[in-house]
Formats: sequence, structure tokens, C-alpha cells
Amino acid sequence: MTNSKPYLDVPGTTVFDADQARNGYHLNQFCMSLMQSDNRERFLADERAYLDEWAMSEEQKQAVIDRDFNRCIALGGNIYFLAKIGATDGHSFQQIAGSMTGMTEDAYRDMMVNGGRSIEGNRFENEQSKNKKDKD
Amino acid sequence: MARITASAFTSHVPAIGAAMDLGKTQEPYWSPVFDGYQYSRQWFSENKPDVVFLVFNDHATAFSLDLIPTFAIGTGAHYKPADEGWGRRPVPAIEGHPELAAHIAQSVIQSDFDLTIVNKMDVDHGLTVPLSLICGPVDADGSWPCPVIPFAVNVVQYPVPSGRRCFELGRAIRRAIDSFEEPLNVQIWGTGGMSHQLQGPRAGLINREWDQAFLDQLINEPEALADKPHIDYVREAGSEGIELVMWLVARGAMSDVNGGKAPEVKHRFYHVPASNTAVGHLILEEKL
Repeated sequence: MTNSKPYLDVPGTTVFDADQARNGYHLNQFCMSLMQSDNRERFLADERAYLDEWAMSEEQKQAVIDRDFNRCIALGGNIYFLAKIGATDGHSFQQIAGSMTGMTEDAYRDMMVNGGRSIEGNRFENEQSKNKKDKD
Repeated sequence: MARITASAFTSHVPAIGAAMDLGKTQEPYWSPVFDGYQYSRQWFSENKPDVVFLVFNDHATAFSLDLIPTFAIGTGAHYKPADEGWGRRPVPAIEGHPELAAHIAQSVIQSDFDLTIVNKMDVDHGLTVPLSLICGPVDADGSWPCPVIPFAVNVVQYPVPSGRRCFELGRAIRRAIDSFEEPLNVQIWGTGGMSHQLQGPRAGLINREWDQAFLDQLINEPEALADKPHIDYVREAGSEGIELVMWLVARGAMSDVNGGKAPEVKHRFYHVPASNTAVGHLILEEKL
């Protein structure tokens, strides 16, 4: 029997389910280690050496070094864990979230001040491809 | 006997705590948020409970992927504010209420809810920001106005508990509080939400209409709201909007859904944005 995953057609969204968590276990636990200030310092001093202490895939390590949070999520990362990397860099949650949208920091902040991203056209993946076609 | 006198509902955005800690509450960006809690602070000081039962979620702070309890009740004597990566918030430690918490654990587990019992955990912004918002600022060397029983719900790793399960849990918590012998005045708070998404290309999603309809239904048709499926929260209110299922725990503990009178709406507030999030807030008071 297959588990139901009705959330797979929500655009630009990854639901952190048991399969994601299984793939991302070591990546997320590495993030947890950054809650201690001495670990934050050690990580920033030599990111590669610190990451090599963890049983993460090479892809996961590279995504962390690149600060590519969308890639980290695709590889099993969860945003509440990944935020600890952003915190280690001295970034706010808004900067972290905004970095995943392809928008500049200012444009993202302005969007939020003006009421946030609209739900219209953002409910289903097929709406988005339709919108894109309409624009084309 | 102990009794529930009111429920309160509020978002728990970390940036709100940071705004208070850094003295930014009067800035134009933040003052509309804090204006919405002026009434609440006055109301709280005039209706100070003996205990707050605070439903919140841990954000990968006390619970890593090593251990993920669906429902966890704090039965400890005190809890430290956590370092979530930005350093600890300069707020006091939280005093628990071990006697009432142990009684609730005993009663609710015997009502077939499998709670995890926690005696030691650090509590993150999910718990401290609602306290700061409703109780007002408290210095790190001061103390919070009353003891708090932390009750953590997993809304980070799916599957999270259903709205219906949360609502029925609220009913079981009410029965537990009603059967505690000491005459304590207890408030139950549900926190998190409202619409927000913190991840992926859809980050920044806000859905005002959905949020307002949620508030309406939480007040007037909670029983129907409890049956809303997860996918509606995720699709309409953003992946982190799922936190709103925690509001159903507090709502399920109110009198009107347990054979009594409807509560009075003392306060309702909604504002966009606080950082990435829509802020929603309600106070419902029980009528005798």
C-alpha cells in the first residue's frame, strides 16, 4: 500500500514528510549542531572540514557550502533546521526565506510589507504552468 | 476545582520577540503589531490566571530528528529560553506547574492520548513570544506573571496530528483540568500561524481571506473547522500555516463544545506582515 501524498502538486513547496526526513537526517542533525556557539565558530572557520565530520552526501555538503537552501530542501533539509545555518551567517529568517524565491532582499521585503505573495495562481502547479503560458 | 476561564490565540513569529528585545516596538514597521496587543496586555493584567496551559510547537530546538513526539507535556519545575542559533532571548526562565501538569498527563493518557512526558527542555520562540506579546515585556532578571505548562505539538515533520485529533485532545485536557482539586484559574493558549510559508519559491505566501474565514470559523463553528484536512492548510495558508491546527487544541477545551455556553469574543486582531507571517490574535472568555 502506498501512503497518500496529496501535497505534491502545491507549487514551490516541499512538505517535510517521513521520506524527506529519512533522506535529510544527517543534514538536519548537522544544522542542529549549530545551536552551540563553539560549533558555529568551528564551522565558519573551516566549513568543509566541519561538514566532513557528518555522514552527509557530497551533494548535501555542497548545497550547504553554496547556501543553496532550495537544493538543501530537495535533499531532505527542513527549513527550521536550515535556518540555523542562516543564523550562523547572521541572517534573519526573512533573509533566509527570501533567498529561496529568486527575489532580491529588498523586493521580498517590499512584497511582504504590501501584503505578501498572493494565493491567486499559487495553489496548484498546473495553474503556474498555465499562467506562464498565458504570459508567453 | 480548577477551571478554564479563557482561551487566547496568537501567532508566535520570532522577529516579534527580537523587535521587543532590541527595543524596536515603536518603529513604524512594528508599532501596528504591538498596538494590536495593547488591549490584551491590559486584559491579561486584570484577569491574571494561576496557570497558563500553552500549546506551541518546537522549531527544531528541544526536539531534533533524534526524537519527534507528536504531543509532549512539560511536567518540569522550570524551563530555560533556548538559543535557537541567534543567542538566548533576554527573558526569564519559565516556571512550570508540575502538580497540575502531572495530573493532566495522568488524565489525558488515560483518555487514550499518548503524550510524551518531558521534565527537561529548553523552550523556543514558539512559547516565549506569545508570553511576551500577551504579558508584556519582562526583564531577564524578573519573572513571568504566572506559571506555564508547555505543551508541544509536532507540526514540523509530517504527518502532523489532524485538526480533529487536536480538537478532541483539547476536550480531554478540559476534562483533566476540571477534575483537578485545587481551585486554579487556568487559561489555555493556542499559538502559531497564521498564513505563512518560509521555504521554497512560494515563500512569503499570505492569504488574508482564508485567515479571516479561519478566525470566523474558530469562533462560531469550531466543530466543523476541526475536520479541515491538512492539505487545505498547506495549499491555502502556506506550508507553515499548518501550525494553526494547534489553535484547535485550545478551542476544543472551551465550554461551548463541551456542553456549556458560548464564549465571549473579548478581542480580535489581524495584521500583515510580521517578517514572513500574518499575525492573528483572539481572546475568548468563558461565560459563567
